[in-house]
Amino acid sequence: MATIDLNGVMFEVDEDGFLQEPEKWTEDVAKALAGQEGVTELTDEHWKVMNYLRNYFQENGIAPMVRKLTKETGVQLKQMYELFPQGPANSACKWAGLPKPTGCV
Amino acid sequence: MAAKYSQKDLLEVDGKAPGTSWMDVKTVLKKGRYSYSGNPRHVEYLGLPNPREWQPHDGDWKLPENWKEIVLEGFRERLKKHRSLKLYMDICVRCGACADKCHYYIGSGDEKNMPVVRAELMRSVYRRYFTLSGRVFGRLVGARDLTEEVIREWFYYFYQCSECRRCSVYCPYGIDTAEITMMGRELLNLIGLNINWIIEPASNCFRTGNHLGIQPHTFHDNLEFACEEIQEMTGIAVEPSINRKGAEILLVVPSADLFADPHIYTLYGYLMLLHEIGLDYTFSAYASEGGNFGLFHSNELMKRLNAKIYTEARRLGVKWILGGECGHMWRVAHQYMDTMNGPADFLETPRSPVTGTVFHNAAGTGMVHLCEFTADLIHHGRLVLDRSRNAAVRVTHHDSCNTARAMGLLEEPRYILRNSCEHFHDMPENTIREHTFCCGSGSGVGTDENLEMRLRGGLPRAAAVRYVRERHGVNMLSCICAIDKATLPALMQFWVPGVEVCGVHELLGNALVMKGESERTVNLRGETLAEAGHEKE
Repeated sequence: MATIDLNGVMFEVDEDGFLQEPEKWTEDVAKALAGQEGVTELTDEHWKVMNYLRNYFQENGIAPMVRKLTKETGVQLKQMYELFPQGPANSACKWAGLPKPTGCV
Repeated sequence: MAAKYSQKDLLEVDGKAPGTSWMDVKTVLKKGRYSYSGNPRHVEYLGLPNPREWQPHDGDWKLPENWKEIVLEGFRERLKKHRSLKLYMDICVRCGACADKCHYYIGSGDEKNMPVVRAELMRSVYRRYFTLSGRVFGRLVGARDLTEEVIREWFYYFYQCSECRRCSVYCPYGIDTAEITMMGRELLNLIGLNINWIIEPASNCFRTGNHLGIQPHTFHDNLEFACEEIQEMTGIAVEPSINRKGAEILLVVPSADLFADPHIYTLYGYLMLLHEIGLDYTFSAYASEGGNFGLFHSNELMKRLNAKIYTEARRLGVKWILGGECGHMWRVAHQYMDTMNGPADFLETPRSPVTGTVFHNAAGTGMVHLCEFTADLIHHGRLVLDRSRNAAVRVTHHDSCNTARAMGLLEEPRYILRNSCEHFHDMPENTIREHTFCCGSGSGVGTDENLEMRLRGGLPRAAAVRYVRERHGVNMLSCICAIDKATLPALMQFWVPGVEVCGVHELLGNALVMKGESERTVNLRGETLAEAGHEKE
């Protein structure tokens, strides 16, 4: 298993850099992962999306449907890509410490 | 994601033969053309051999000490068990009719992607260990030793085949090269060589009922969310049921229809249609997956996963099963299910309660494809369809490999599209129906890390879409497979920007006039009807 060093703390990640131990996630992890994609400042909008993702994940063990995410956070898809450069799955979920969904997606 | 490749780079394919025997060409694994290994947690969960940390780009694949023995013994067993495999190993005359029919060969120019050569990777080993001439004459008769190098080559090329079976259409002997790949993957799996995109969904399917890992309460919530959306758009309250005993019909769809984009709009279409005709049906949270990633791993795993559908149909006491827009499910249902998990003697021969049509073709499995069912409804005039709501859509249809070649479902989706849309244009003849080109991502290889190979393999399909886009202004590509819906958008974005991807039942849902509905101002994607279909930035 690969590991990454985020501000001196080691985390297990998959080949795409998704955290393998969601319970170890902290806000600093999100900041560090965002930094790796060139986003140095996390706004309230970022947190709104990530907090929604984390709460949903804790209740459901999976990420929400994108449609539901945009509807319930009020952040439209286009804006989502502005906030999270690689989109809701590859950036937002990753920064929020969710694993990557697999299958016909 | 696709930005790191350019069309120009991927089009530079010379396709020249290397001038030496393929056996002398060393296989080098290139990044972008393979997928990551199975996560040991999921390998273990499924009880499969050799769970461990490893990656294809590692020098050491951590094979078991007696790997060679395991593979050869596995090969021997399978030759004995599957007469088809022995036949396919023996009868190829290397005429080359299949050589240029593979989308991966067309897109990569790598001769080991010619179906005939891909099969030779395995045949050469077969000859060496299981034929007298091969044992005696070795390379003279195309035989070679099984080495770790050969295993690496198998891994690389058997996961560069999407088991789409286009090559088989052209084989004068009817060799099913997908079955060779399937056997190759089985042998690799015996020593723990697999990819995570297959192993994790299969493991999820056991754990939660479906590939995505949607748990029952989430399955319920997602359906409810879909119903809320439908109510907002149509004013109609749709109430589907889950796990309801005594329902007449069990509906099985790919789980991505309850999760991903653009799949969910197809789900809206199903829900609206089945509500409108008042069908007595239920979903199941246990059999909540149509797709079968076991098919991409081994016969054994395919059988274990598929068994859930009959188990649930029996438990709920339904009369028959309706299946949604899922590709590989239909390869399994149509070609293996009957003898593998059947007989389905507890089911009845499916009969549409609306039209009275009896689906004798599905008597064996008790499973009817929703497109057949819907086409029958339209044929009997049971649906009111307003095609003008899809006026902005200029659609062409991608025949999903498995529904087309594995079950012959060719006319029904087109019939639904013509009745739901004003503008339907087929792609050239040699790229559709049984000649259809794969999306480039089937059979579990639709991963981000395999993107280069997917874009290469998807080139022939994309070129055919481009043809109808240039001639007829096509802006929508419909399909009836969840892998298509997941992977064609990236393919279109790369090769033919401006073409979106949808399911057939999404367009049907747009056109469907429902009793008591409010005036429809948006399509199922929530886009204003007047604007829909206008190309987005």
